[in-house]
Amino acid sequence: MSSFNLDVYMPVLILIAFAVVMVVGVLVAGILIRPQNPEELKLSPYECGEEPVGPAWSNFNIRFYVTALVFIIFDVEGALMFPVAAVFQKFNKIGQGGVLFGTLFLFVAILVVGIVYCWKKGDLDWVRSYQVANDDTSKKEVN
Amino acid sequence: MNSSIVSFLSEMTNFEFTSLHAFIIFGIACFLMVNVSALIGGLGTYAERKISADLQMRQGPNRVGPFGILQFLADGVKLLLKEIIIPTQADKVLFLISPLLCLAGVFATLAVLPISSGLILTDLNIGILYVLGVSSLVGVGIFLGGYSSNSKWSMLGGMRGAAQIISYEVPVTLCIISIVLMAGGLSMTTLVNEQGGLPHQWYILHNPFAFIGFFVFFIGILAESNRAPFDLPEAESELVSGYHTEYSGMAFSFFALAEYIEVFVLCGISATLYLGGYKVPFELGSGELINSTLGGPEFIGKGIGQLLQLGAFFTKTFLLYYVVIWIRWTLPRLRVDQLVSLCWKYLTPISIINLIGIAAWEWIFKGQSIFNLIASLLHSSGGGGH
Repeated sequence: MSSFNLDVYMPVLILIAFAVVMVVGVLVAGILIRPQNPEELKLSPYECGEEPVGPAWSNFNIRFYVTALVFIIFDVEGALMFPVAAVFQKFNKIGQGGVLFGTLFLFVAILVVGIVYCWKKGDLDWVRSYQVANDDTSKKEVN
Repeated sequence: MNSSIVSFLSEMTNFEFTSLHAFIIFGIACFLMVNVSALIGGLGTYAERKISADLQMRQGPNRVGPFGILQFLADGVKLLLKEIIIPTQADKVLFLISPLLCLAGVFATLAVLPISSGLILTDLNIGILYVLGVSSLVGVGIFLGGYSSNSKWSMLGGMRGAAQIISYEVPVTLCIISIVLMAGGLSMTTLVNEQGGLPHQWYILHNPFAFIGFFVFFIGILAESNRAPFDLPEAESELVSGYHTEYSGMAFSFFALAEYIEVFVLCGISATLYLGGYKVPFELGSGELINSTLGGPEFIGKGIGQLLQLGAFFTKTFLLYYVVIWIRWTLPRLRVDQLVSLCWKYLTPISIINLIGIAAWEWIFKGQSIFNLIASLLHSSGGGGH
């Protein structure tokens, strides 16, 4: 095990610096060679020739936020599983693989409970089923 | 054992590098890496057009240079000469930052891409976790690109892009965890060195779960890099051009460049994880066999070994790249509800079962591959019957 050394992160910084230099350099240097004839219609948002109605920054469909919430649960669990996975072979070599397998199995079982809950609740359906069931009572409420 | 590029060079030349030398070497190596990857990205656009033309029985670009191979340079010059339009209603700072985020996220993943045992810019001990982290910057860039344009098409594309990228990160992460579990380490060289050069030593054929895992992972990276059939963020038949509708000129080309380099990087990483990465059969990559048979100075054998490893890596990566392009021009685009149900109802449960299956396999069979097991079974049953 080598000691923690920040030198190995040097290429990361250099590469990000290259990306910054490339984008900023091209955009700034391009001022000299590219035309700039702004006019009002050209700078309006593109809506296939129609006059744009209102801004796009409005309330957005809640389904995207539900997806993001479900993702956060799984991503945190995934991040917590990485250390267990990284030491699995070390335990396996000394014959203790069963301990880590049990740990991982319990942990994944909790994950499975989470996905089953979301599935039953209908959060994984893009068009939620209970809204379809209420279809006959109020047609306006459907997505 | 840190086989990043500086220690590799000092081992090759028997010279102790100071930190200033290391910095300069890192700089030059990064510069080369960025240029090579930009070239690969540019040639990727050419390959995409040429292969799609081939699949549709057309000619494709054939005017600029031999076989039209310089088409991407002509495109670059054209894009450089185009006006960059920033809509009046847009959030101007975020509008200009989002292509930068995409490009920075993709370039940062190049740092740990193991092209050969010597040519890896830095062998971080958290390698694959780092890749997962910085490649998420691309998702942020796509979402901000769509959001900051303040156009309805862009907003829809950005929202879809964010939902898609974070959804498919779950099966991809679970597949990566199962590979880490088999290899017993997070750094990219560990992941490669635990595999062998021949196909039966690769992780894809290590056990049945890993075989399924490769396809789950490949579908996942298709969605992560917004390639068809998962190109919903830029679905041109419904959203005009999706998150980059309002982008023009070079600002647009950064998004395109980032996408093509990301496909290359992700193909390289799936080759590394499942297909043995840079490994060459019979340990030819270390150069010891070449040296012992040919004689001569040590660096010749090592150099030939490195070239063989480069060949192995790029062959696998470009084959996967071809498959990605082939899929794009073969399959129709998914609907949003199909996209979400494919991820959460099929790929995620399959990858959870794979993870448990691989853990059980490693525990029960002590990390032996299916071929080892079959070989030992045949051996123990008398060894006859040939």
